[in-house]
Amino acid sequence: MTRTATFLGMPTVAPRGVGALRGDESFPAAARKALGNEQLRRNLGHATRTIRAKRAAVVGEVPDWEELRLAGEALKAATMARLDTLLVQLEEQVTARGGTVHWARDANEANRIVLDLVRAAGADEVVKVKSMATQEIGLNEALEAGGVAAWETDLAELIVQLGHDKPSHILVPAIHRNRSEIRDIFLREMPGVSPELTDEPRELAMAARAHLRRKFLSARVAVSGANFAVAATGTLAVVESEGNGRMCLTLPQTLITVMGIEKVVPDWTDLEVFLQLLPRSSTGERMNPYTSLWTGVTPGDGPQDFHLILLDNGRTAVLGDAIGRSALHCIRCSACLNVCPVYERTGGHAYGSVYPGPIGAILSPQLTGVEDNASLPYASSLCGACFDACPVRIDIPSLLVHLRARHVEERAKRPAPSPEAVAMAAAAWVMASPARFRGGEGLLRLGRLLGRRRDRISALPYPLSAWTASRDLPRPPAQSFRTWWKTRASGGAS
Amino acid sequence: MRVALFVTCLADAMFPQVGKATVTLLERLGHEVVFPDAQTCCGQMHINTGYQKAAIKLIEHQMRTFEQYDAIVAPSGSCVGSVRHQHAAVAARAGKAQLAARAHDVGARTYELSEFLVDVLGVTDVGASYPHRVTYHPTCHSLRMLRVGEKPLRLLREVRGLDLVELPEAHQCCGFGGTFALKNADTSAAMLTDKLRNVLATDADVVSAGDSSCLMHIGGGLSRLRVETRPVHLAEILASA
Repeated sequence: MTRTATFLGMPTVAPRGVGALRGDESFPAAARKALGNEQLRRNLGHATRTIRAKRAAVVGEVPDWEELRLAGEALKAATMARLDTLLVQLEEQVTARGGTVHWARDANEANRIVLDLVRAAGADEVVKVKSMATQEIGLNEALEAGGVAAWETDLAELIVQLGHDKPSHILVPAIHRNRSEIRDIFLREMPGVSPELTDEPRELAMAARAHLRRKFLSARVAVSGANFAVAATGTLAVVESEGNGRMCLTLPQTLITVMGIEKVVPDWTDLEVFLQLLPRSSTGERMNPYTSLWTGVTPGDGPQDFHLILLDNGRTAVLGDAIGRSALHCIRCSACLNVCPVYERTGGHAYGSVYPGPIGAILSPQLTGVEDNASLPYASSLCGACFDACPVRIDIPSLLVHLRARHVEERAKRPAPSPEAVAMAAAAWVMASPARFRGGEGLLRLGRLLGRRRDRISALPYPLSAWTASRDLPRPPAQSFRTWWKTRASGGAS
Repeated sequence: MRVALFVTCLADAMFPQVGKATVTLLERLGHEVVFPDAQTCCGQMHINTGYQKAAIKLIEHQMRTFEQYDAIVAPSGSCVGSVRHQHAAVAARAGKAQLAARAHDVGARTYELSEFLVDVLGVTDVGASYPHRVTYHPTCHSLRMLRVGEKPLRLLREVRGLDLVELPEAHQCCGFGGTFALKNADTSAAMLTDKLRNVLATDADVVSAGDSSCLMHIGGGLSRLRVETRPVHLAEILASA
């Protein structure tokens, strides 16, 4: 482990996020591969269109939806402003009610704490509730390396795990799979599955059910994430659809919850707002089927040993950016993914991180440092559909623009400027002066030499070849607007 | 009313007919159009690509050029979106509070064409005639930064002889996104493919929009497909009589 520099016992620099937050290649390179997969595009197009329609219907029936969004935004901003005191309050409340709170600076620390707790409980396997935090820290891999088997119990997570795959969506991690692919994975990987299994959704669900029931009844330790934590009472909340979460949260003796520090809310009245915003935005339901709430340990009922791990993994660094910090307001509903035209075509894997889509494009680079995820802020046409869909009104397009600026500012510290920076500086130099801008017209007239045969330009050298690979450009006009205006003003043209 | 035309650098250099149409239209409605010829570019490309330091110079220039006018009109949702919603934020981020205040002020007086016609001038029938089958693509920034909503469609519905056909999945981005079209060319092209499929499904002669940039993208795709459907800016349709 690398030691973090400290001052009076405190880290001098907020730790960077480690874990499953970085891809092996840049977004454009990964996207190119994904775009070549016709099946993937069909699966994604179908799934996102379905969820979009469901969400639009249930959001449309709430008369005060915009007010709810404003409330959600305000509550999150107020929470972030006093996150330090709220977290301490949460720790006090959880401890007072029989739970144990651990603080994890990063993914490695969190994984080590979980592994130690599982070993202390004398277990060699755990059941898991679907959780983004544990995906982020790569907990399953860390447990496996430590000799502990982790069983995902959410149906989609199970599909991903059995398929030796990675999640590609926050809410529907197997969105890139269709049912016949799922059937193949089950037949290949699920112990004791009937070879007669068809791709009927009900049959697939029943096969998973039989498989998981054995795990629920035998596991002594469960690991979960948390959607919310109420600081006032130390209460944790998990919302889900399948009931597998409820099983994990109630049956085993030991429960370990890994939660990002930004998930805390001050009080129950705040929860009321988010429990309205979340299901409608995520699954397109008025209310999610299961909402599990627990407070510390209740003697004789449910887990008798409860541990809460509060995870930083780069979040404090995000909090330090006054513009970027609203990315921490995210309640992981995934509405932005479902409306994103980029996500719909590339899928989640292209983003490299466990957080895909628009929210991933602003969250991952901030957790890791922009230089480690430099292509993600550019993985958007800035169309703004994400901002409109976000239940807590995170202005994702503006944050993307801000992170692009941070990347350029970071890059400018290197001795040699990038070709793009040179081109941008030249363009700004031309555009900052009307005289030079007028001079640029000469270049355009030169451009008229191209495309003179068919009045269109179909091939240009790099980097503009990226445009002409699939699109033409019109031939530049013989006369600019300003030249026309001048001749008109002098009475020369109509 | 005296209207300052902010023609946008793209229309100035590549699509002068859009600027001319805006002038024709506003003059036909009885307004005086002036063209502050110091104008260059609002800096949106620099801002959206991350070059905010360079953009500051362009924002300062935009303010110097336009702040003396009461009404500034551009035939572009995207450029107006940048002036109204980005300039002040970029200035504030650079710690230039005074420039931010000026940008805020100028932004409030800068209008996209359909907004200006409907909200400021209060007209929907601009006296145009355009006997063609037209489908309209609402550009992302006009829709989601400026919230022009139905305004362009209200204007088009009043045009004589115009057969307006609804564009399927109209609100989806065409994939242009400025330098996105180059940096993420494959994804951009995939988005364009779907937009083109929807445009062609309408069987329209003309696909219109309020932004030359998006139309250049859609038009570039149509041109590559060698189909007859033409991109025509909203201003050109409204100027036709």
